Amino acid sequence: MSNVKTVYKKSEGLSDFHLSYCPGCTHGVIHKLVAESLVELDLLDRTIGISSVGCSALNYDFFSCDMQQAAHGRAPAVATGIKRVKKDAIIFTYQGDGDLASIGIAEAIHAAARGENITIVFVNNAIYGMTGGQMAPTTLPGQITTTSQNGRDPETQGLPLKISELMATIPGATYVERVSVHDPKHVFKAKKALKKAFEIQRDKKGFSLIEFISTCPVNWGMTPKGAVDWAVDNLIPYYPLGVYKDKTEGIE
Amino acid sequence: MAKVLMKGNEAMALAAIKAGLDAFYGYPITPQNELPEYLSKQMPLHGRAFVQAESEVAAINMVYGAAGAGARVMTSSSSPGIALKQEGLTYIAGAELPAVIINVMRGGPGLGGIQPSQADYKQITRGGGNGDYYLYSLAPESLQEAVDLIKESFDIADYFRNPVMIAVDGLIGQMMEPVDFEREVPKWDLKPKTWAADGNRKNRKKNIINSLYLDPNDLENHNLKLKAKYDEMRDKHQRYEMINMENAEIVIVAFGSTSRISRTAIELLKEEGINCGIIRPITIYPFPQNAFNEIPESVKNILVVEMNLGQMVDDVKLHVQGRLPVHFYGRVGGIVPEAEEISDQVKKIVGGTYE
Repeated sequence: MSNVKTVYKKSEGLSDFHLSYCPGCTHGVIHKLVAESLVELDLLDRTIGISSVGCSALNYDFFSCDMQQAAHGRAPAVATGIKRVKKDAIIFTYQGDGDLASIGIAEAIHAAARGENITIVFVNNAIYGMTGGQMAPTTLPGQITTTSQNGRDPETQGLPLKISELMATIPGATYVERVSVHDPKHVFKAKKALKKAFEIQRDKKGFSLIEFISTCPVNWGMTPKGAVDWAVDNLIPYYPLGVYKDKTEGIE
Repeated sequence: MAKVLMKGNEAMALAAIKAGLDAFYGYPITPQNELPEYLSKQMPLHGRAFVQAESEVAAINMVYGAAGAGARVMTSSSSPGIALKQEGLTYIAGAELPAVIINVMRGGPGLGGIQPSQADYKQITRGGGNGDYYLYSLAPESLQEAVDLIKESFDIADYFRNPVMIAVDGLIGQMMEPVDFEREVPKWDLKPKTWAADGNRKNRKKNIINSLYLDPNDLENHNLKLKAKYDEMRDKHQRYEMINMENAEIVIVAFGSTSRISRTAIELLKEEGINCGIIRPITIYPFPQNAFNEIPESVKNILVVEMNLGQMVDDVKLHVQGRLPVHFYGRVGGIVPEAEEISDQVKKIVGGTYE
């Protein structure tokens, strides 16, 4: 057995809880990337994660660092409150599109405006997952949800918000990037972005937000593979991947 | 130490600093603005945190965050702003976190007015947000008492792991009085905050701050655990003052500014041969129900005086249990009752010389 070696294992940044996510949902991959990034940067012991409301509400059980659960949309305010009294702690919020782009848009914008030295992990799957598939601010035109059963009508329901583009316009934001986890290449790229965000926070360089294009096979009414394909064909064209702002590289 | 002449809002702010305030998160609203204004200068000078949040909702959620990380944290607001903070207050209570909230009450409903009021009595004493919870609520009648209670309130919040509200009206926020900041206040027996999610996991298991219990049995147990705290507050930590009760034929029940004015009213009544006592609740939650078991036989009537249209009077009736007639007198709209008005009401009830 001496030639058996571990080449891959679950990150120490994750607990032994079974994730509550549906099969095919990419929350699990994103959790793994957050956990691995914190462990690889040796930041886990001084990290406080903020769970929000939505599918990821229970992730205070999934990460193995200190965690605080926040009210719907308020995670950036909770993160602010903590960071101002724990300046050396690493604070991340984990928020979906309903949480951040709808009810919590003010908290997200003002945390960025103050240049809070925190990291927002923003998961955009264009729908409210936990509550059963209602329309989100990021739902695409024509997309059918339980509260846009005839398809989102831009005439009455408006057009989707592009959060990374919006956040990049805020002077206080340091680093904003949109990534995806639909294939291994993009997973690696997404992890690089996350690690950079945590390094920026560690080095006290300010506010970072990483937007993940994610999937919701159950509420989209698709197979896991079908959902990934739909995200590539529909979400990514509307929400282009890339760095929208990086003050550390002079990209504004 | 010599007394210092200060405005109420600033005195309350300084009292919080003296109590070891680590962070203040607020949002402007009249008539409490001098409080955050003062702290915006003083907190950075003391190396402590001050943030003017984007809203009351954000401010109270910042309080929730800092409290979860183990800090001594406070916010202040006034009635409509307190209504907005209810979301955070129920989370703070649900997650069993200590925090201090100052409510400098103004008139309502809606935008109401900016003058003094006690119309938040029910908003304060019934919890305020969703779920079964209560705030330990203190209602000082003077700046000295406000300062003393605020200094102690952080200990009370830490002891119960529950939010404490300081309920004053705009009068106390705006007036000036001499205050001694060095007066001794009771020290509570406090345990280290080993529960805090403070990002210092090195030598312990992870800590979670949370109010979510999806299993009905877990939530019921959590609710019962919270109830045990409220029972302890009620059984051991009611506070009230009984004034001029000996041989009183009538008793005024009033808190905060109205109790202060009632003190003058009973002096006016003495001159006319009417012996009137005062029960002054200092805690409005827990309601000082014990005081109503101590009313002497001589008392034939109770008059509740409030700056609202009758809120605490319901609690008084609940605890008098029909043993005595309970009357009510209130002024609203920001109008503060004068001592003569109160003494006239008393005279009406006792059937004295008043016509």
